[in-house]
Amino acid sequence: MKAVVAEHERSLTYGKYLGGFLSSVALTVCAYLLATHGSGKGLLEILLALLAVTQFVVQMVLFLHVREERWRLLAAGFMLGVVLILVVGSLWVMNNLNTRMTPQQVNQYLQSQDSL
Amino acid sequence: MNEEVALELQREHEATQKTVIGFWVYLMTDCVLFASLFAVYAVLHGNTFGGPSGRQLFRLPYVLVETFALLTSSFTCGLAMLAAQRRAKREVLFWLAVTFALGALFLGLELHEFAGLIHDGNSWRRSGFLSSYFTLVGTHGTHITFGLLWLAVLFGYVWKRGLTEGVRKRLTLFSLFWHFLDVIWIFIFTIVYLYGSIGI
Repeated sequence: MKAVVAEHERSLTYGKYLGGFLSSVALTVCAYLLATHGSGKGLLEILLALLAVTQFVVQMVLFLHVREERWRLLAAGFMLGVVLILVVGSLWVMNNLNTRMTPQQVNQYLQSQDSL
Repeated sequence: MNEEVALELQREHEATQKTVIGFWVYLMTDCVLFASLFAVYAVLHGNTFGGPSGRQLFRLPYVLVETFALLTSSFTCGLAMLAAQRRAKREVLFWLAVTFALGALFLGLELHEFAGLIHDGNSWRRSGFLSSYFTLVGTHGTHITFGLLWLAVLFGYVWKRGLTEGVRKRLTLFSLFWHFLDVIWIFIFTIVYLYGSIGI
Protein backbone atom coordinates (compact mmCIF):
# COMPACT_ATOMS: atom_id res chain seq x y z
CA MET A 1 0.00 0.00 0.00
CA LYS A 2 2.81 2.37 0.91
CA ALA A 3 4.49 1.59 -2.37
CA VAL A 4 1.37 2.41 -4.41
CA VAL A 5 0.51 5.60 -2.59
CA ALA A 6 4.17 6.63 -2.81
CA GLU A 7 4.23 5.74 -6.51
CA HIS A 8 1.16 7.87 -7.14
CA GLU A 9 2.50 10.72 -5.06
CA ARG A 10 5.80 10.86 -6.91
CA SER A 11 3.90 11.87 -10.01
CA LEU A 12 2.51 14.91 -8.18
CA THR A 13 4.59 18.04 -8.54
CA TYR A 14 3.85 21.68 -7.94
CA GLY A 15 4.94 22.53 -11.48
CA LYS A 16 2.34 20.24 -13.04
CA TYR A 17 -0.57 21.68 -11.04
CA LEU A 18 0.53 25.28 -11.55
CA GLY A 19 1.12 24.67 -15.27
CA GLY A 20 -2.27 22.99 -15.61
CA PHE A 21 -4.01 25.80 -13.73
CA LEU A 22 -2.38 28.67 -15.62
CA SER A 23 -2.88 27.11 -19.06
CA SER A 24 -6.52 26.31 -18.21
CA VAL A 25 -7.07 29.95 -17.16
CA ALA A 26 -5.43 31.18 -20.37
CA LEU A 27 -7.51 28.81 -22.55
CA THR A 28 -10.74 29.78 -20.75
CA VAL A 29 -10.04 33.51 -21.16
CA CYS A 30 -9.19 33.00 -24.87
CA ALA A 31 -12.46 31.11 -25.43
CA TYR A 32 -14.43 33.77 -23.54
CA LEU A 33 -12.92 36.66 -25.51
CA LEU A 34 -13.47 34.82 -28.80
CA ALA A 35 -17.13 34.21 -27.97
CA THR A 36 -17.77 37.80 -26.87
CA HIS A 37 -15.68 39.67 -29.47
CA GLY A 38 -15.22 37.26 -32.37
CA SER A 39 -17.31 37.07 -35.52
CA GLY A 40 -18.17 34.36 -38.01
CA LYS A 41 -20.26 31.54 -36.57
CA GLY A 42 -18.69 28.59 -38.39
CA LEU A 43 -15.09 29.57 -37.64
CA LEU A 44 -15.91 30.43 -34.01
CA GLU A 45 -17.58 27.04 -33.54
CA ILE A 46 -14.43 25.22 -34.66
CA LEU A 47 -12.03 27.46 -32.70
CA LEU A 48 -14.04 27.15 -29.46
CA ALA A 49 -14.21 23.36 -29.88
CA LEU A 50 -10.43 23.25 -30.39
CA LEU A 51 -9.83 25.35 -27.25
CA ALA A 52 -12.13 23.06 -25.22
CA VAL A 53 -10.39 19.91 -26.46
CA THR A 54 -6.97 21.43 -25.70
CA GLN A 55 -8.07 22.26 -22.16
CA PHE A 56 -9.50 18.74 -21.82
CA VAL A 57 -6.13 17.23 -22.75
CA VAL A 58 -4.23 19.65 -20.47
CA GLN A 59 -6.39 18.77 -17.45
CA MET A 60 -6.45 15.02 -18.19
CA VAL A 61 -2.62 14.97 -18.32
CA LEU A 62 -1.69 17.50 -15.62
CA PHE A 63 -4.59 17.14 -13.12
CA LEU A 64 -5.79 13.55 -13.66
CA HIS A 65 -2.31 12.16 -14.56
CA VAL A 66 -3.75 10.03 -17.33
CA ARG A 67 -0.31 9.27 -18.76
CA GLU A 68 1.22 7.97 -15.51
CA GLU A 69 -0.25 4.48 -15.72
CA ARG A 70 -1.13 2.43 -18.76
CA TRP A 71 -4.55 1.27 -17.54
CA ARG A 72 -5.71 4.85 -17.04
CA LEU A 73 -4.93 5.67 -20.64
CA LEU A 74 -6.58 2.46 -21.85
CA ALA A 75 -9.81 3.07 -19.90
CA ALA A 76 -9.87 6.73 -21.01
CA GLY A 77 -9.34 5.70 -24.63
CA PHE A 78 -12.22 3.23 -24.46
CA MET A 79 -14.42 5.89 -22.82
CA LEU A 80 -13.62 8.35 -25.63
CA GLY A 81 -14.60 5.71 -28.19
CA VAL A 82 -17.96 5.05 -26.52
CA VAL A 83 -18.61 8.79 -26.10
CA LEU A 84 -17.86 9.49 -29.77
CA ILE A 85 -20.18 6.70 -30.97
CA LEU A 86 -22.91 7.91 -28.60
CA VAL A 87 -22.73 11.64 -29.43
CA VAL A 88 -21.99 11.43 -33.16
CA GLY A 89 -24.51 8.61 -33.60
CA SER A 90 -27.29 10.48 -31.77
CA LEU A 91 -26.70 13.67 -33.74
CA TRP A 92 -26.58 11.76 -37.02
CA VAL A 93 -29.81 9.85 -36.41
CA MET A 94 -31.72 12.85 -35.08
CA ASN A 95 -30.53 15.04 -37.95
CA ASN A 96 -31.71 12.43 -40.42
CA LEU A 97 -35.10 12.30 -38.75
CA ASN A 98 -35.33 16.08 -38.79
CA THR A 99 -34.58 16.40 -42.49
CA ARG A 100 -36.82 13.49 -43.50
CA MET A 101 -39.81 14.55 -41.43
CA THR A 102 -41.02 18.11 -42.00
CA PRO A 103 -43.47 19.80 -39.59
CA GLN A 104 -46.18 19.56 -42.28
CA GLN A 105 -45.75 15.81 -42.45
CA VAL A 106 -46.01 15.57 -38.67
CA ASN A 107 -49.24 17.64 -38.73
CA GLN A 108 -50.67 15.51 -41.54
CA TYR A 109 -49.88 12.39 -39.57
CA LEU A 110 -51.49 13.75 -36.41
CA GLN A 111 -54.63 14.80 -38.32
CA SER A 112 -54.91 11.37 -39.96
CA GLN A 113 -54.72 9.81 -36.50
CA ASP A 114 -57.48 12.16 -35.25
CA SER A 115 -59.90 11.22 -38.01
CA LEU A 116 -59.63 7.55 -37.21
CA MET B 1 8.52 -12.30 10.17
CA ASN B 2 9.92 -9.98 7.53
CA GLU B 3 8.42 -12.15 4.88
CA GLU B 4 5.01 -11.83 6.51
CA VAL B 5 5.29 -8.06 6.62
CA ALA B 6 6.34 -8.01 2.98
CA LEU B 7 3.38 -10.23 2.05
CA GLU B 8 1.00 -8.02 4.02
CA LEU B 9 2.35 -4.92 2.22
CA GLN B 10 1.97 -6.71 -1.10
CA ARG B 11 -1.67 -7.49 -0.31
CA GLU B 12 -2.39 -3.90 0.73
CA HIS B 13 -0.61 -2.68 -2.39
CA GLU B 14 -2.90 -4.76 -4.58
CA ALA B 15 -5.99 -3.66 -2.65
CA THR B 16 -5.17 0.05 -3.12
CA GLN B 17 -4.38 -0.45 -6.78
CA LYS B 18 -7.76 -2.19 -7.21
CA THR B 19 -9.59 0.65 -5.44
CA VAL B 20 -8.01 3.29 -7.66
CA ILE B 21 -8.69 1.27 -10.83
CA GLY B 22 -12.30 0.71 -9.76
CA PHE B 23 -12.80 4.39 -9.05
CA TRP B 24 -11.24 5.37 -12.36
CA VAL B 25 -13.60 2.99 -14.19
CA TYR B 26 -16.54 4.60 -12.34
CA LEU B 27 -15.35 8.04 -13.52
CA MET B 28 -15.15 6.81 -17.13
CA THR B 29 -18.73 5.46 -16.96
CA ASP B 30 -19.82 8.78 -15.47
CA CYS B 31 -18.32 10.40 -18.58
CA VAL B 32 -20.64 8.23 -20.67
CA LEU B 33 -23.62 9.42 -18.58
CA PHE B 34 -22.65 13.04 -19.24
CA ALA B 35 -22.07 12.27 -22.93
CA SER B 36 -25.69 11.05 -23.21
CA LEU B 37 -26.94 14.24 -21.58
CA PHE B 38 -24.72 16.32 -23.91
CA ALA B 39 -26.19 14.42 -26.88
CA VAL B 40 -29.72 15.17 -25.63
CA TYR B 41 -28.82 18.84 -25.23
CA ALA B 42 -27.24 18.97 -28.70
CA VAL B 43 -30.42 17.53 -30.23
CA LEU B 44 -32.90 19.65 -28.25
CA HIS B 45 -31.11 22.99 -27.80
CA GLY B 46 -32.90 24.55 -30.77
CA ASN B 47 -36.38 23.50 -29.64
CA THR B 48 -37.34 26.60 -27.68
CA PHE B 49 -41.10 26.27 -28.35
CA GLY B 50 -41.44 30.01 -28.84
CA GLY B 51 -39.59 30.65 -25.57
CA PRO B 52 -36.22 32.31 -25.04
CA SER B 53 -33.02 30.78 -26.43
CA GLY B 54 -29.65 30.50 -24.68
CA ARG B 55 -28.55 33.73 -26.31
CA GLN B 56 -31.28 35.67 -24.47
CA LEU B 57 -30.90 33.86 -21.15
CA PHE B 58 -27.19 33.34 -20.44
CA ARG B 59 -25.03 36.03 -18.88
CA LEU B 60 -21.47 35.16 -19.86
CA PRO B 61 -19.57 37.29 -17.29
CA TYR B 62 -21.55 35.57 -14.53
CA VAL B 63 -20.72 32.12 -15.94
CA LEU B 64 -17.05 33.11 -16.27
CA VAL B 65 -16.93 33.80 -12.51
CA GLU B 66 -18.51 30.37 -11.89
CA THR B 67 -15.92 28.77 -14.17
CA PHE B 68 -13.01 30.41 -12.38
CA ALA B 69 -14.38 29.42 -8.96
CA LEU B 70 -14.51 25.75 -10.03
CA LEU B 71 -11.16 25.82 -11.86
CA THR B 72 -9.40 27.42 -8.88
CA SER B 73 -10.97 24.87 -6.51
CA SER B 74 -9.60 22.10 -8.76
CA PHE B 75 -6.15 23.70 -8.42
CA THR B 76 -6.37 24.09 -4.61
CA CYS B 77 -7.48 20.44 -4.40
CA GLY B 78 -4.18 19.63 -6.15
CA LEU B 79 -2.34 21.78 -3.62
CA ALA B 80 -3.98 19.77 -0.81
CA MET B 81 -2.66 16.58 -2.45
CA LEU B 82 0.85 18.06 -2.61
CA ALA B 83 0.63 18.99 1.06
CA ALA B 84 -0.53 15.44 1.88
CA GLN B 85 2.57 14.17 0.09
CA ARG B 86 4.71 16.24 2.49
CA ARG B 87 2.54 15.04 5.45
CA ALA B 88 1.74 18.68 6.26
CA LYS B 89 -1.60 18.17 8.01
CA ARG B 90 -2.46 21.81 8.70
CA GLU B 91 -1.72 22.76 5.11
CA VAL B 92 -3.93 19.92 3.86
CA LEU B 93 -6.77 21.14 6.10
CA PHE B 94 -6.26 24.71 4.87
CA TRP B 95 -6.37 23.81 1.17
CA LEU B 96 -9.32 21.45 1.65
CA ALA B 97 -11.20 24.31 3.35
CA VAL B 98 -10.35 26.64 0.43
CA THR B 99 -11.49 23.96 -2.04
CA PHE B 100 -14.76 23.58 -0.13
CA ALA B 101 -15.34 27.34 -0.03
CA LEU B 102 -14.75 27.73 -3.79
CA GLY B 103 -16.90 24.67 -4.57
CA ALA B 104 -19.69 26.07 -2.39
CA LEU B 105 -19.34 29.45 -4.14
CA PHE B 106 -19.71 27.70 -7.51
CA LEU B 107 -22.78 25.79 -6.34
CA GLY B 108 -24.32 28.94 -4.83
CA LEU B 109 -23.83 30.88 -8.07
CA GLU B 110 -25.36 28.04 -10.09
CA LEU B 111 -28.39 27.73 -7.80
CA HIS B 112 -28.85 31.51 -7.93
CA GLU B 113 -28.80 31.33 -11.74
CA PHE B 114 -31.37 28.50 -11.70
CA ALA B 115 -33.58 30.40 -9.25
CA GLY B 116 -33.48 33.49 -11.51
CA LEU B 117 -34.47 31.44 -14.57
CA ILE B 118 -37.33 29.71 -12.75
CA HIS B 119 -38.52 33.01 -11.28
CA ASP B 120 -38.77 34.49 -14.78
CA GLY B 121 -40.92 31.57 -15.90
CA ASN B 122 -38.08 29.82 -17.73
CA SER B 123 -38.02 26.56 -15.80
CA TRP B 124 -37.52 23.08 -17.31
CA ARG B 125 -41.24 23.04 -18.13
CA ARG B 126 -40.89 25.93 -20.60
CA SER B 127 -39.31 24.12 -23.57
CA GLY B 128 -37.26 21.15 -24.75
CA PHE B 129 -34.20 23.37 -24.73
CA LEU B 130 -34.67 24.32 -21.07
CA SER B 131 -35.50 20.72 -20.04
CA SER B 132 -32.22 19.48 -21.49
CA TYR B 133 -30.33 22.49 -20.11
CA PHE B 134 -31.55 21.90 -16.54
CA THR B 135 -30.91 18.15 -16.80
CA LEU B 136 -27.33 18.54 -18.06
CA VAL B 137 -26.20 21.42 -15.84
CA GLY B 138 -28.26 20.14 -12.88
CA THR B 139 -26.64 16.69 -13.05
CA HIS B 140 -23.23 18.34 -12.89
CA GLY B 141 -24.44 20.46 -9.95
CA THR B 142 -25.69 17.33 -8.17
CA HIS B 143 -22.23 15.79 -8.58
CA ILE B 144 -20.70 18.95 -7.09
CA THR B 145 -23.15 18.76 -4.15
CA PHE B 146 -22.13 15.19 -3.36
CA GLY B 147 -18.48 16.13 -3.85
CA LEU B 148 -18.86 18.85 -1.22
CA LEU B 149 -20.47 16.38 1.22
CA TRP B 150 -17.60 13.95 0.61
CA LEU B 151 -15.09 16.76 1.09
CA ALA B 152 -16.65 17.71 4.45
CA VAL B 153 -16.36 14.09 5.64
CA LEU B 154 -12.74 13.91 4.42
CA PHE B 155 -11.94 17.12 6.29
CA GLY B 156 -13.14 15.41 9.46
CA TYR B 157 -11.03 12.31 8.70
CA VAL B 158 -7.84 14.33 8.23
CA TRP B 159 -8.64 16.39 11.33
CA LYS B 160 -9.31 13.34 13.55
CA ARG B 161 -7.06 10.61 12.17
CA GLY B 162 -4.24 12.57 10.57
CA LEU B 163 -2.66 11.65 7.24
CA THR B 164 -2.64 7.87 7.58
CA GLU B 165 -2.30 5.63 4.50
CA GLY B 166 -6.06 5.07 4.42
CA VAL B 167 -6.88 8.77 4.62
CA ARG B 168 -4.37 9.58 1.89
CA LYS B 169 -5.94 6.94 -0.33
CA ARG B 170 -9.35 8.59 0.19
CA LEU B 171 -7.80 11.99 -0.59
CA THR B 172 -6.43 10.56 -3.86
CA LEU B 173 -9.89 9.26 -4.86
CA PHE B 174 -11.54 12.57 -3.98
CA SER B 175 -9.00 14.56 -5.99
CA LEU B 176 -9.72 12.36 -9.04
CA PHE B 177 -13.46 13.01 -8.62
CA TRP B 178 -13.03 16.77 -8.20
CA HIS B 179 -10.67 17.20 -11.16
CA PHE B 180 -13.06 15.09 -13.24
CA LEU B 181 -15.96 17.45 -12.47
CA ASP B 182 -13.87 20.38 -13.67
CA VAL B 183 -13.12 18.50 -16.91
CA ILE B 184 -16.88 18.03 -17.49
CA TRP B 185 -17.44 21.75 -16.81
CA ILE B 186 -15.05 22.70 -19.67
CA PHE B 187 -17.58 21.20 -22.07
CA ILE B 188 -20.65 22.65 -20.33
CA PHE B 189 -18.99 26.09 -20.45
CA THR B 190 -18.13 25.73 -24.15
CA ILE B 191 -21.13 23.87 -25.55
CA VAL B 192 -23.94 25.28 -23.42
CA TYR B 193 -22.81 28.80 -22.58
CA LEU B 194 -20.29 29.94 -25.23
CA TYR B 195 -22.08 28.24 -28.15
CA GLY B 196 -25.40 29.43 -26.72
CA SER B 197 -24.23 33.05 -26.56
CA ILE B 198 -23.12 33.09 -30.21
CA GLY B 199 -26.38 31.48 -31.25
CA ILE B 200 -25.27 28.00 -32.35
